Amino acid sequence: MIKNIQLLGQKLIATVARLGQASVFLYHILLTMPGVLIRPKLIIKQLYSTGVQTLIIILVAGTFVGMVLALQAYYVLVDFGAEDSISQMVVLSLMRELGPVITGLLFAGRAGSALTAEIGLMKSTEQLSGMEMMAIDPMQRVMAPRILAGFLAMPLLTAIFMAVGVLGGYLVAVHGVGIYEGVYWSLAQTKVDFYTDLMNGMIKSVVFGLVIVWIAVFEGHDSVPTSEGLGQATTRTVVHGSLAVLGLDFLLTALMFGDI
Amino acid sequence: MNTKVIETTVGLFVVFGFAAFFMLAMNVSNLITYESSEGYQVHARFDNIGGLKVRSPVAVGGVRIGKVAAIAYDNEAYEAVVTLEIEPKYNKFPTDTSAGILTAGLLGEQYVGLEPGAEEEYLKSGDEITVTQSAIVLEEIIGQFLYSKADEK
Repeated sequence: MIKNIQLLGQKLIATVARLGQASVFLYHILLTMPGVLIRPKLIIKQLYSTGVQTLIIILVAGTFVGMVLALQAYYVLVDFGAEDSISQMVVLSLMRELGPVITGLLFAGRAGSALTAEIGLMKSTEQLSGMEMMAIDPMQRVMAPRILAGFLAMPLLTAIFMAVGVLGGYLVAVHGVGIYEGVYWSLAQTKVDFYTDLMNGMIKSVVFGLVIVWIAVFEGHDSVPTSEGLGQATTRTVVHGSLAVLGLDFLLTALMFGDI
Repeated sequence: MNTKVIETTVGLFVVFGFAAFFMLAMNVSNLITYESSEGYQVHARFDNIGGLKVRSPVAVGGVRIGKVAAIAYDNEAYEAVVTLEIEPKYNKFPTDTSAGILTAGLLGEQYVGLEPGAEEEYLKSGDEITVTQSAIVLEEIIGQFLYSKADEK
């Protein structure tokens, strides 16, 4: 009994310690940011591997999510004769929740895991210590551009996801179930607020992006430099990243829409 | 892959992302109606505004000409004061124009419908519409109907 409680305490202390390590790690990276901004080439390269390579999955997922939302909304709303409201349902759910959250989950799976594996492998092949030997700060050369790229890529990916989702919904609503085109767009325009809906969704995506790359880069840097440790670190990135997205989404939603 | 291709695709990605955001802002949200919203304001008093909300449309003959800018409650007169914001190009409403709270469809959203009067003077910013008709509350009508049925027996 005592032993179990001790185990629980041990776990908690380990978690808090890790959280502290991660914060110090992020702080160190942020300190090196000015040096990174002078060399935008590094960031562009990372934008390619985190942003561009995630684009395909975002496009496909966005289209289908939009289409499915429109179809499901139609089945429910047609009973009330309110099928014209499809666009409101599709656009609001995409902007407020599904856009940032699904993009975040896909981003954690596609870009986050790749980041962890890459940095973990750099560590296990001692490239990071090699850099330090050459007086190159790996925080500045390796970690900071990756953090910045993820931070920039997430809102762009989210905007693309939302836009493609809205178009997917349009496809089903107008060409599938026969809502008038003008009704689809005009209802979205009157019911969707630029600040409370679109901008809040974008703020969410920025927060998610930062948290995901933070977790991914930290897990890679902190991984046990063996093939097994690398696998575990990659898994942790995806699991913790996804959980962080879902948990933070609830918090942000409560903050943003709570008092309306 | 060489640097040129990477830089080009990243550039395309950024352009694509901003284009998506721009399309969402312009086509799908109310940003455009925000910009054209610098109209003149008139007030109208109602006993009951039903489900009217800020940003509900203001329409004449079914054409949208503005929106509800604010809703307040007058503690002295026990009335709701609705501030209507009307686009500047629609500036020829006579002073005896009447306002009513109407419903689009049976269960649709509520909006303020204006009915132009016959006076020769026009409404200006800050004026008050005196002839108003409150929202129809479905429960009250059903209640009245039931009572009248009961009285018949």
